[in-house]
Amino acid sequence: MAITTVPETPRKPGRPPSPYSARPQRTSLGRKVRDNLTGHTFLIGAVLCFVVFSWYPMIRGIMMSFQRTRRGETTWVGWDNYSRIIADPSFWTAWQNTFYFTVLALVLGYAVPFFVAIMLNEFRHAKGYLRILVYLPVMLPPASALFLFKFYAYDPSEAGLFNAILKALHLPTSQWMQSPEMTMPAMVVASTWMNMGGAVLIYLASLQNIPGELYEAAELDGAGIWRRIRHVTIPQTRLILALLAMLQIVATMQLFIEPLILANGAGAEDSATSVAYLIYQHGFFQNDLNGAAALGVIMLVVLAGFSAVYVRLTAKQD
Amino acid sequence: MSVPQYRKAAAVALVAGLGLSLTACSTKGDDKDSTAGGKVTITVDCQPVGAQKELLKNWNDDVAEFQKQNPDIIIKSVSVGEQCNNPPDFTARLAGGTVTDVFYGYMTDLQQVLDSGQAMDITQYANKDTIPTWDSVDPALKEVFTDGGKLYAVPVKNYSMGLVYNKALFQQAGLDVNNPPKTWADVRTAAKKISALGNGIAGYSEYSAGNTGGWHFTSLLYSQGGRMLTEDGKKADFNNAQGKQVLQNIKDMRYGDNSMGSRQLLQWGDLLTNAGAGKVGMFIGAPDATQAIVSQFQGKFQDWAMSPLPGQDAAAKGTLGGGEGYFFKKDLTPEQVKAGMKWIAYQKLTPGKGQFDYVRAKPQNYPVGLPQPLLFANGSEAQKQELELRKANANVDTANFALFEATPVPIKGEPRNAQAVYAVLDAAMSGVLTNPNSNIDALLKTAEEKVNQLLAAES
Repeated sequence: MAITTVPETPRKPGRPPSPYSARPQRTSLGRKVRDNLTGHTFLIGAVLCFVVFSWYPMIRGIMMSFQRTRRGETTWVGWDNYSRIIADPSFWTAWQNTFYFTVLALVLGYAVPFFVAIMLNEFRHAKGYLRILVYLPVMLPPASALFLFKFYAYDPSEAGLFNAILKALHLPTSQWMQSPEMTMPAMVVASTWMNMGGAVLIYLASLQNIPGELYEAAELDGAGIWRRIRHVTIPQTRLILALLAMLQIVATMQLFIEPLILANGAGAEDSATSVAYLIYQHGFFQNDLNGAAALGVIMLVVLAGFSAVYVRLTAKQD
Repeated sequence: MSVPQYRKAAAVALVAGLGLSLTACSTKGDDKDSTAGGKVTITVDCQPVGAQKELLKNWNDDVAEFQKQNPDIIIKSVSVGEQCNNPPDFTARLAGGTVTDVFYGYMTDLQQVLDSGQAMDITQYANKDTIPTWDSVDPALKEVFTDGGKLYAVPVKNYSMGLVYNKALFQQAGLDVNNPPKTWADVRTAAKKISALGNGIAGYSEYSAGNTGGWHFTSLLYSQGGRMLTEDGKKADFNNAQGKQVLQNIKDMRYGDNSMGSRQLLQWGDLLTNAGAGKVGMFIGAPDATQAIVSQFQGKFQDWAMSPLPGQDAAAKGTLGGGEGYFFKKDLTPEQVKAGMKWIAYQKLTPGKGQFDYVRAKPQNYPVGLPQPLLFANGSEAQKQELELRKANANVDTANFALFEATPVPIKGEPRNAQAVYAVLDAAMSGVLTNPNSNIDALLKTAEEKVNQLLAAES
């Protein structure tokens, strides 16, 4: 391979740069691009992909939320779509349901994988097999998993799996997805079962990075298992915990497939209507793509708000 | 080639390739060939999918025969899977501008198609020259596809709702199959006897999800003599004694009689799956529901019969009617529109051809003898021809539909913005079917508010 050398650019006459100046010399943009032409050429492809497939649809969606199309004529209507969407009685129901799901998912779907990971981490034997077993549900397509829950576990008759268990324990049976009160908890259980494996693996990887000396020191100081978790495990994994909490919030607030499959959409008395499902309803059943776009933007803003809070909190921790 | 040079060449090739593919994506089809060589080309949708072998063969035979008779027309058929009976899919195609030149839509889709700006005013083209049976087509159906005095689609199918019942279960429950329920009190009595058979059988089954709950609420409200919207179509008009009676009937059957089975929140395929499995005694539906039970859900034609929709204390005061039609894309040339009309006339509106080719359908696993499509006006020449052909080639027992046909109930069309209104009423239906303590007044009041807001936003 030939080794090329760049000839030194002759300096213009004038005052020589001060040896005490800490500021690097500026190079022109053109020069920077020329210096790394290959890298920038590759970059164009990536940027084009993002522009066409990620950013343009987002910007188009935001534009649509301020427009109205009637008889093929598109006009700018300011905040009309937003006020219309907010006035929709289902709007607050959907947000209420979505927040409820998110809170339940944080309590159950967030905490359970963490404790499962701690337990798995404690096992001395068959670790690999146990990890595979925990991860298996993730490999099942979500639609298949939810159909299993819908027709097998949540069957409202006494033949349903959960009802059969409750009956065997002499406990009252439930209507599951057909009961407005049980809709959300039932969806969270199904969702947690489906998605737990991925979170468990991430927690496990994080747990295994904790130096063993810390636990040994804690044990020497007389710390039991709960104190070790509280004073060693949680502080050592706080960044991963914070990141997964954030991802959990963002993912659960986009709740869609669970209501669509488990509750056939809105569920009993609208108890399953989520914001994402409402967007789908407006866009595809109510002939209101502009309203759907406005609701999508509102959701984007709310999730961006959560992300900003996360960034602030983790920055302080660092 | 040195490594840096190789990487540069790869990068340039990548960018060039991406640019070319993007250009290709943005290039629209060459419309000029639509009249190339003196021939007119049109694209049409709803070609049966590959799995429907006989239907696909019939369609292809029709295309070949039509093109033989009209050598100046080329039909390009497009099979779009579920697009022809899946509202979300249809909405996506409409919004994306990817509908075919001549495209299928429900009667409830007119406003949506007009809003998308993709439909052509075909008033001047729809006549006896392009569609020989045009004067026989029921004027009420043409009216459904008319807006502001302009016609936007050609109707090709029409249905009305009645009571669909399982004769085998009627017999097992000791009920008279020739004397099905005529009132809701009769329905309740029969449903109780059928559900008493046990084995998870529902005496009567009803929808409450996927907009189908609202769809059936509308039909039941019409049977009570009610209407969904006020005369001017600007306000909801179901929060009244008639609307309450509809929900009360269902609630009484679900929780009073316990005759509707345990699994609710049913949408279209769920109920028909249960029906195909012999777990449903009665439900309200159109005649083609029996066809779906047989062709998609492994049921048997001989088990199913239809009678008119029951009324509260006597005959029903009305029933819901609906159907389908073909729209024409806005930018078509007059030659393309005329060619499309000719194709629809041949495939959908000529007795003995296309969908009315009963001689061909008789030996196939496709029902002949169902009381639909109700396309032609009573007493019209086309209706007489179609009925004679249907009778002569029936492969289902027409006696099973005799009561339904002999006792017509006044048909009312679907409300404005029907799918959105139906979606709202799903909650009211699911309320009485899943909550024994549901408050019917509150459910109707909420639904009324939502529909009024929808309609206000539309205007």
